[in-house]
Order: sequence, then C-alpha cells, then structure tokens
Amino acid sequence: MIWIAIRMLTGDRQKFYGLLFGIAFSTLLITQQLTIFVNLLERGASGVYNVSSADVWVMDPVSRTTDVAYAMPSTALDKVRGVSGVEWAVPHIRATAAVRTKDGDLEGVAIIGVDDATLIGLPKRMIEGSPDVLSQPDSVIIDDVGMTRMFPDQSPIGERLELNDQRAVVRGIADAIPSFTSTVVLYTKYSQALNYVPGTRNRLSFVLVGKADDVSAQQLVDRIEAQTGLRARTREQFAGDGVDFIIENTGIPLNFGITVMLGFIVGVAIVGLTFSLFIRDNIKQFGALKAIGVSNGRIARMVAAQAGMVGMVGYGLGVLGTVGFIHAFSGDPTFKGFYIPWQIPLISLVAIVLIIALTGWLSLRTVLKTEPAAVFR
Amino acid sequence: MSAAPISKAISVRDIARDFTAGQQTIRVLHDIDIDVHSGELTYIVGESGSGKTTLISIMCGILYPTEGTVRVFDTDIYHLSDTELVEFRLNNIGFIFQQYNLIPAIDAASNAAVPLIAQGMDRHEARERAVAMMDKLNIADQADKLPNQLSGGQQQRVAIARALVHEPRLVVCDEPTAALDARSGRRVMDLLREVAVDEDRACIIVTHDNRVFDLADRILVLEDGRVTHDGAEMPEDH
Repeated sequence: MIWIAIRMLTGDRQKFYGLLFGIAFSTLLITQQLTIFVNLLERGASGVYNVSSADVWVMDPVSRTTDVAYAMPSTALDKVRGVSGVEWAVPHIRATAAVRTKDGDLEGVAIIGVDDATLIGLPKRMIEGSPDVLSQPDSVIIDDVGMTRMFPDQSPIGERLELNDQRAVVRGIADAIPSFTSTVVLYTKYSQALNYVPGTRNRLSFVLVGKADDVSAQQLVDRIEAQTGLRARTREQFAGDGVDFIIENTGIPLNFGITVMLGFIVGVAIVGLTFSLFIRDNIKQFGALKAIGVSNGRIARMVAAQAGMVGMVGYGLGVLGTVGFIHAFSGDPTFKGFYIPWQIPLISLVAIVLIIALTGWLSLRTVLKTEPAAVFR
Repeated sequence: MSAAPISKAISVRDIARDFTAGQQTIRVLHDIDIDVHSGELTYIVGESGSGKTTLISIMCGILYPTEGTVRVFDTDIYHLSDTELVEFRLNNIGFIFQQYNLIPAIDAASNAAVPLIAQGMDRHEARERAVAMMDKLNIADQADKLPNQLSGGQQQRVAIARALVHEPRLVVCDEPTAALDARSGRRVMDLLREVAVDEDRACIIVTHDNRVFDLADRILVLEDGRVTHDGAEMPEDH
C-alpha cells in the first residue's frame, strides 16, 4: 500500500512539486539563515582564532573582546612574564586608524601590532608573501578583505598607504578570518604599530601568553589574575566572550530568529495548504480504500509515507541548496570560512519533521474522519 | 434466470437507521427484514431518498445501523470490532462504485490489484492476478493504461475487476451504470451478470436504471425507507 501511496503522491505532479518546493524552501531558509547567523557570531571570535598560538589572553579588567579593549601600561607585560607557568608572553596591540590610499580614498582599518621578535599574533597562513616581510621598513601585511576592498582587480603587493602621516608598504597578504564587521586589517610589528596609531600614554591592548607544559590554561588564568590584577582568559573563553558580545549587543539574534521563524511558518503554510489540497483531491480514493477494507492504521501509514517522502526529498534539496549557496559565495571574503555546523542541518531536520508531522496530522484527520459510506453518496 | 440459490449470504433483521440533521432526527430506514442468497443477482431499486444507498451501506458493513442486526455469511458483522470488520470487508466483499473511484496515478491492472495488495500479496503477483481477471472482462489489453486513458465503460470494467480479483463472496454495486451511456451500461451489466454471479457469491446492485431490470433474479423496491416489493420482476405500477 505504501507503493500506492507514493504513486498517488508523485502522480499529481503539480502538488508533488509544490510540496517539494515548500519543504525545500523552508529548509533552505532555516539552514541558510542559521548558517549565516552562526558563522557571523563566530566572527566575533575571529580575532582570537587568528592567533592560534596564544593559550591565554591578558587584558585590562574592563576589556571585553579583541575589538573592545582598553589599553594597559607596558609594565603589564613584565608583570605577566613574572607569573610562574608562563612559558612566554608577548605584547599585542589592536587599534583602529584611517588609511589614505594612493588614490586619496580614506578607509577605516584595524591595525594589529605583533611581537617584533617572534611575530606571534599573525595569522597562521599567508596568501602571498611570508611573515618575514615585516622585518623590512614600513611593512604591513594586509588581510584578504582589505585586498578585495582596497585593491580590487590588482595586486596590493608593493602598494603604498598613508597611516597617521606615516608611510606603509603592503608586502604580504594574510589568510585571516574576517572580523564581524569585515574591517580591513593591517598587520605590522608592534614597534611599527605604535607609529601608525595616534599616540596615547598606554598602548598595549593585550599580552598573549603561552603556557608551560605543567600547567593548564585555566590554572594559568587564575594565577595571572591573582598576581597581576589583570583580566586573563583562556583562548576558548575569550573566543566565547567575542560571540557573547555580539549576542548581547546587536539585534542579530532577533533578526535571524525572525527569519528562521518565517521559514518555519512559510513551510507550514505552503506544505499544509498543498498537502490538504492533495488529500482533498484524493479523498474519494481514500474513502474507497477504506470501504474496500484498508484499515485506518494503514491509511495513516500511507499518509505518513507520503509526508515522509516529501519531507525527505524536500529536506535534501534544501540542504543541497544551502551547501550550494555557501559554496557559491565561498570566494567572497565576506563569506570566507563559512561552514555548515552539523547541528544546523539537524535543527532544520527537526523543524521539517515538525512541519511534516503537523501538516500530515491535519490532513490525516480529514481522511480518518471520512466515513467509508461516503463513497456511496 | 440463474442457478438456484444455495445458501443465505446476508440476513438483515429489524434494521432501522436514523440520521441527525441539526436538532432533528430523521429515520431513513424502518424495520427492514431481508435475506439475500448466494447465486442471486439482487437489485435494490427506489427513488432518490428512498434509503437504498443507506441500506446497501449497512448490508456491506460500512455504516452502522441504529437498530437491528446484519449477518453476512453467518457473521454478525456489527458485533465485530472495528479492525475485524475492516478485515471482514477486505476478505469477503467486493465493491463497485458509481464513480469507479480508481486511483488516477496507477495503471488499470494495479488498480484492479488493490484488494490483493491490501491483503498483503506481493505487488507483482497481485498485478498478474488482476491482469488475469481483466482478461475475463476483455480489458487485459488496457492493463498498462492509466484510468484517464480509458473510457467510462472501460473504467467501470476495471472497477469490476477490482471488486472480483480477491474472489469475494459478496459483491456490492452502487449505480454501476449511472455514469455510462445506454450501450456501455448494458454491456457492463451483462458482464456483471456473467462474471460476478455464481453459486458461491451474492451480488447486490443498487440501481434505478430500468433498462437493466430484466437481468435481475430478484428486485427489492424501497419506498420511504421501507421495502414495498420483493420479487423476481418489477411491480407493474413502477
């Protein structure tokens, strides 16, 4: 009977495709929007993820994220280095500046100054050039967002910029995860960064710390906080702080939540309407089957098979659509590194199961309520 | 007209049926007592609203009576559980509907095979059996066609094949010629007479088509929910 149910469903092509479209569109909307939402949230932690070697981040007690930091006096570095369990500690500066391009355009950029000696603080991978280029005078490394935005259709290597009346020459391109705001980032040495950022007495944004083997990151955090009075966070904690900051301070969760909810409602509306039309069109056939001697249980399984099939195929198409979307935009730095966490297809699957269960149940009620004697009327 | 009836197929005793419309309860069948025998082609005839559809629905186990008992092949069908009643219908009764009620998306043979598939038979085997039945009805060559590719008469013959494929002991037909022209209607009824009626099977037809009354072994006339005539021919005043 399941075969008959499936043929009944696929035989009415218009409604079958309508149902598939409803489910696929709903899945696409839910999966794609959740994917963008999660990836955008993770951008709040990109500053931390780009510095893979630091186990602990140390900052002023009022600092909250890599982008919301209050500068510390340079003596903080020595204090941290004095804590037992600290294998190494390096200065790290993050500040904003305005850069003038050779065409005279002004662009807001983030300046990241990394340790002069070790270059700790640079992203792990380079698209062009090597980290060593920073040893050359006035060198900066630009990230790929900056490359696309400031130097479209040309190589930025060798290009000159003006920062705080200082000359900067682009000598490399970093393969970095863009920030939440997709701001252009220029990496340079710490000493050079001090020249590029308008002067204040305190400049040190963070101290990046590597832990000794015999201590855990959390233990080291506790020790640093106890001995220096500064705020210390493990890499994971600080990444989480960045994500939390976006959740707490932007309307993004609400906006994406509304879109996901709309996806669900659109799914219920399209699928519910089309499925009930399909059932209504076939009500005589279902009535005849009931009269012939097909039990309600079997009818329920037939409707469930129809709903299940539409759900499965539609869901698959929707997820494929999302994968296609992410793949198609992967070349755009704004979507760089976007991926679909496994939890998201699972969430949309649950949503689709709910849509199917709800609409299937409503349609099934009509069938079950139909008296077999109705076929004689 | 056919072999003598050999056994009682249906025994209807003191059947009454009420319908509620708003605050009003209307009795559409009153104290019906009928016996139907295997080997008989029994017609139930009457004007619209006389209660014939209600009566046939009760006799074949798809509508509970308000009062009375219905025994089909010695089974008091309305004392069966819902599941048992459904199972009983599947195994003992074949249905032919006025509008055929074929499933549009499956071919004629698969439509005819539905009762066997519902009984759990393998789909391919059921289809083979259905094609054999369609052969008896001279439409085996239409086995692969979808219902909308068949004429009304052909569709009704597929419906007859569906009603007979699982060899039920009772065949129930609701106005089988209503949607057909005179010639096709006559041909379908001849076929029914030939194929559906045998000594182990009872066949009941609800009709008001006086062109085919001559084929009946027995005619029950219903008027206002009461049987007013029971005989081999129609009363003269009808």
